[in-house]
Amino acid sequence: MTEINLRINGEARSYSVEPHHTLLESLRDDLALTGTKECCLVGECGACTVRLNGAIVDSCLVLAVEADGGEVQTVEGLAAADGLAALQEAFLTHGAVQCGFCIPGQLMAGDDLLRRSPHPSRAEIEEGLAGNLCRCGCYYQIFDAVEAVATGNAAK
Amino acid sequence: MSAIGDPAPRGGGRGRVNGEQLYVADIHLPNELHVKLVTLPCARGRIGAIDATAAMQIPGVVAVFAAADLPTPMPRFGPQFTDRPVIAIAETKFHGDPVAAVAAETLDAAEEAARLVRVEYEELPAVTTIDAARANDAPLVQDPSIRKPNDRLANTNVLKEHVVSWGDLDAAAKHAELIVENTYRFPMVTHFAIEPHAFIAAPDGDGIKLWTSIQHPYWLQRLLAQTLQVPLAKVRVIAPDPGGAFGGKQHAKYEPLLAFMALKLQRPVRLVLTLEETFQAVRRTETEIKVRTGLTRAGKLVFQDVDADYLIGAYADIADRVVGKGSYIGCGPYNYEAGRVTARSVLSHTVPSTAMRGFGNPQVNWAVESNLTEAANQIAMDPVLLRLTNLAAKGDPFIPFDTPCDGDWAQATKRAAELAGWDKPKPEGRGRGFALGIKSGPTTGLSYSMVRLHADGSALVYCGTQDIGQGARTIFAQIAAHELGLPLEHVSVVMGDTGVVPYDQQTSASRSTVLMGNAVIAACKQVLEQRRAGRTGEIVGVGDARKEPDPDHPLGGSAAFFEFNATAVELSVDEGTGDITIHRHVTVSDIGKAINRLQVQMQDEGAAIMGLGHTLMERYIWDDAGRIRNLGAIDYRIPTSLDLPAEMISDMIENGDGPGPYGAKGMSEGALLPVSAAVAAAVRDATGAVIRDLPLSPERVWTALQERGGS
Repeated sequence: MTEINLRINGEARSYSVEPHHTLLESLRDDLALTGTKECCLVGECGACTVRLNGAIVDSCLVLAVEADGGEVQTVEGLAAADGLAALQEAFLTHGAVQCGFCIPGQLMAGDDLLRRSPHPSRAEIEEGLAGNLCRCGCYYQIFDAVEAVATGNAAK
Repeated sequence: MSAIGDPAPRGGGRGRVNGEQLYVADIHLPNELHVKLVTLPCARGRIGAIDATAAMQIPGVVAVFAAADLPTPMPRFGPQFTDRPVIAIAETKFHGDPVAAVAAETLDAAEEAARLVRVEYEELPAVTTIDAARANDAPLVQDPSIRKPNDRLANTNVLKEHVVSWGDLDAAAKHAELIVENTYRFPMVTHFAIEPHAFIAAPDGDGIKLWTSIQHPYWLQRLLAQTLQVPLAKVRVIAPDPGGAFGGKQHAKYEPLLAFMALKLQRPVRLVLTLEETFQAVRRTETEIKVRTGLTRAGKLVFQDVDADYLIGAYADIADRVVGKGSYIGCGPYNYEAGRVTARSVLSHTVPSTAMRGFGNPQVNWAVESNLTEAANQIAMDPVLLRLTNLAAKGDPFIPFDTPCDGDWAQATKRAAELAGWDKPKPEGRGRGFALGIKSGPTTGLSYSMVRLHADGSALVYCGTQDIGQGARTIFAQIAAHELGLPLEHVSVVMGDTGVVPYDQQTSASRSTVLMGNAVIAACKQVLEQRRAGRTGEIVGVGDARKEPDPDHPLGGSAAFFEFNATAVELSVDEGTGDITIHRHVTVSDIGKAINRLQVQMQDEGAAIMGLGHTLMERYIWDDAGRIRNLGAIDYRIPTSLDLPAEMISDMIENGDGPGPYGAKGMSEGALLPVSAAVAAAVRDATGAVIRDLPLSPERVWTALQERGGS
């Protein structure tokens, strides 16, 4: 076991991990942050997307020890306090949520896109979410949700 | 106050966007053990000695289970045939069929030990294609001793043959001025729910408790009670909302194994499949369909004759019902003088195929609708007009012994053509295609709902339906709020626990809005009657809805309703690469009445996109040993955000003519049915290339472009 230090959703955590465990396993099993989902384990589906040191990663492809000293944000940390973030609200109002299993990853990818490009074009949205599979096929509604938040950004 | 039809907020939505929603894999029990399956690197292997010595030396390993650790004779299970052993016995039947299962204190230990279990085996010839399975000297997939006595097919790989016919086909053939005959193939594809299947079993007093990602908790309860030989009341199934199912989570997979392990070890055991293992757990049937369509030169359809081989897997699961029910309505929504459908369930050494969105209909639909396009071309008739000319009108007994046409299908057809700009000139290089889809709704059903009106005026609605992503929670909350006159925020829906919610037969066949919806209304009416009679405090109402079986019907019951959809696409083909770009996809469903228009749109568009998957890119690839060569997300592609039609237009026809609440019909599968035939027709329209095999991958399209001849 190896001791690591992380800031997760704004909170400092020190704990021991197996050196061969991924960040995904560590979040889910060591820290009980089960909002981040496990599906393909080869970096193709995007269900395990989290923010690590300012960029999104597939947490199934990062070892927990590689994240040592880093800053991690998961879906549990997207909203402040009890409410929902604007993007989370937009996902619900635009019908972007069917089974919900891919949604934490979609939200992290959408949030990252909006941070990098507050007013993305439709093509940029499609490109920005290309790493996140949704088998329910809610893609258009997810685009709409991201676009709606971008429009809200424009109004600000 | 939210009205019926309004886009009311997604029930369970908040937990799905903030990470709080618990799926099975997110649930942990104290003292649980982790299970890993041991499989062979071939489809069919004669199982010899199993040596667990090295595996048991891994710290934390508690047990290695194999056939010898289960009761004798080996318990078998299945929703339709009791044919599947709890764990492989004597020989494996498909690549991924487990021969042993390791239970350990940690997943690491279970995985390491699973690699160390030594299984002696002899690889045997396997059949993985329709041709190989139907060959005279083919090895039998199923032991003939478990077939029914007097089964004339017992010494073949045909599990069952289904024949439905009406009218006099020979006489009709004489009236046909043109007979168009072709063979079409539909590939083996997989559900690819983003949530891999997960199972937890734990001893529960003198019974057993299961947590599983399942569509039919009550069917599973019955199957487990039979397999374990315990009363129903000793089996409790807790079924958190699945993370996508699409038919793949209807029936038991590894629940019986987990239950036996939990009871023997007297500890909770958990098994979370990898995505690769889900490819080895569920798939859609591959199908080869011969179609003979007879018509007049004026475009009057005279007969339809369909002959289909469905390649099911090593164990039947629900696949034979998929074959029987899916092919049954294969002639389509048209009036004929005569029709005949013959469909065989062909066993093979492949992953057990099961229900998948469309339930056997997309395969036959692809073939028959493509053949209609061919027929229209041969008589130089507009393909939409050909369909409108022959389409059943409301009340027409288009299948003489079934429910008559229950919608204004011409309205949906014309609406799709209009939205597609069918009569307008095409942009340069574009092709357009059009197809219709039809599917029988449920043929039997029983749903109970209980509604508790609390003393403060808020209500709990209990439904055994599963919210698999279709939004059942929202629909039932909207119905109850409407019936009881409550704000939506004062209604909660309880699901997913056979110890808590009353019986519901199943969540499938797009039935839930109709059957469970009617049960919710009945329960609410009971509550209101009691309130009118002066009852105060907590009031409890129970309602039910039934679709009675008909033993004389070929399917055991007539259709509760039909799902009808019209789809039109406009696309272009890159002549250099064979790549298809869909510019516009129009999908129009006849739904009776939308309880929630946004959710209808989500279902239709989602179904259309899933249809584009098997139309454009998806298929399993096998090697000679019967192994799947493209296991997992890198080598098996499903549509991403970059694979979508540039424009998706979905619309719904609401005439209030369904049997469900406020005239609703079921509607979650229709928009998938005609996708393949519409896309292939558009490829033909754009390029002249005729393709009768799916998927329409760039390689296949490019090859067809090279072979297209003089056009």
